[in-house]
Amino acid sequence: MTKSQRKLWIGLFVMALLTPFGIILPHIFNAGAAWGEWGVDKLEQLLGYTPQGLKKLSDLWKAPVPNYNLGGRDASTTLQLISYLASGVLGVAAVGLVVYLITRFMTKNDK
Amino acid sequence: MHIPDGYLGPQTYAPLFGVSVAFWSVALKRWKKELSTKHIPYLAMAAAFSFLIMMFNIPIPGGTTGHAVGGGIIAILLGPWAAVIAVSVVLIIQAVVFGDGGITAIGANCFNMAVAMPFVSYWVFKLVSGESKSPRRLYTAAFLSGHIGLTMSAILTGIEFGIQPLIAQGADGRPLYAPYPLSIAVPAMALEHMLLFSVVEGLITVLLLKYFLKHESDLVYALRAREE
Repeated sequence: MTKSQRKLWIGLFVMALLTPFGIILPHIFNAGAAWGEWGVDKLEQLLGYTPQGLKKLSDLWKAPVPNYNLGGRDASTTLQLISYLASGVLGVAAVGLVVYLITRFMTKNDK
Repeated sequence: MHIPDGYLGPQTYAPLFGVSVAFWSVALKRWKKELSTKHIPYLAMAAAFSFLIMMFNIPIPGGTTGHAVGGGIIAILLGPWAAVIAVSVVLIIQAVVFGDGGITAIGANCFNMAVAMPFVSYWVFKLVSGESKSPRRLYTAAFLSGHIGLTMSAILTGIEFGIQPLIAQGADGRPLYAPYPLSIAVPAMALEHMLLFSVVEGLITVLLLKYFLKHESDLVYALRAREE
């Protein structure tokens, strides 16, 4: 690993440690979900009805760690922040592994 | 900008899956041809960076949140096709593991953030920087590259949302999927990005380009590609 690569990995590590700010800042500034990413309940509140097709598709998939939160909807703030950080680390590991596998698989036929 | 399941009907998400799959297959071929084993760690770092930067939700006080994507700087550093792979991997993991973005919308989300963004960003960077080596010109190009790339991606997302009420209504005439028309969805997505999230994206693009020009200038794909 070159010196610059080491620096970059350290930079990514620091970023991962700082990810809880991605929850804290919106909380402080009282900002909600991203535009167009409201949950079904919230959407019903906004519209006064639930689009039927949307409702049908919305619970198609149960993600293992929904919303980067390990504790479920009623998780304490601390648990949410820790989950978020852990999700960051887990995510980095997962994308790193997939990229490694893809590129390894691709260079296999080379030379 | 991660479209959840249910916001797009099959008439929209299915074709976009096709488009993204086509780009993935070309991207993998290009990767094989253009990039060497030396680039593998950078592709992994690029994906890690994109994953993390999307976790930093930026609030609009009292309103919505948004985030940068990193698609522009990855395209400048590793080329737009490598960026397609890096950001697509991120979006697929986010959808499958974390429920961020729908499973049915993977094609659409990849098209918006992992295909359109890197290419738009890359073209803007090439167009604005020209053959110049002046740092000011390069940084201006980098800022605009990130800014315009993310904004375009947001506009495409807004269009995909906005056409839903036109193509699918229930028996009662109400929209079946994303409920807001183009006249609301596009300006909402475009403005919040142009004014805030894309500015952050632009700044990140500049800062990282600055780092790479200083420490690893021979890596930068957009500058290498000039000489060929």
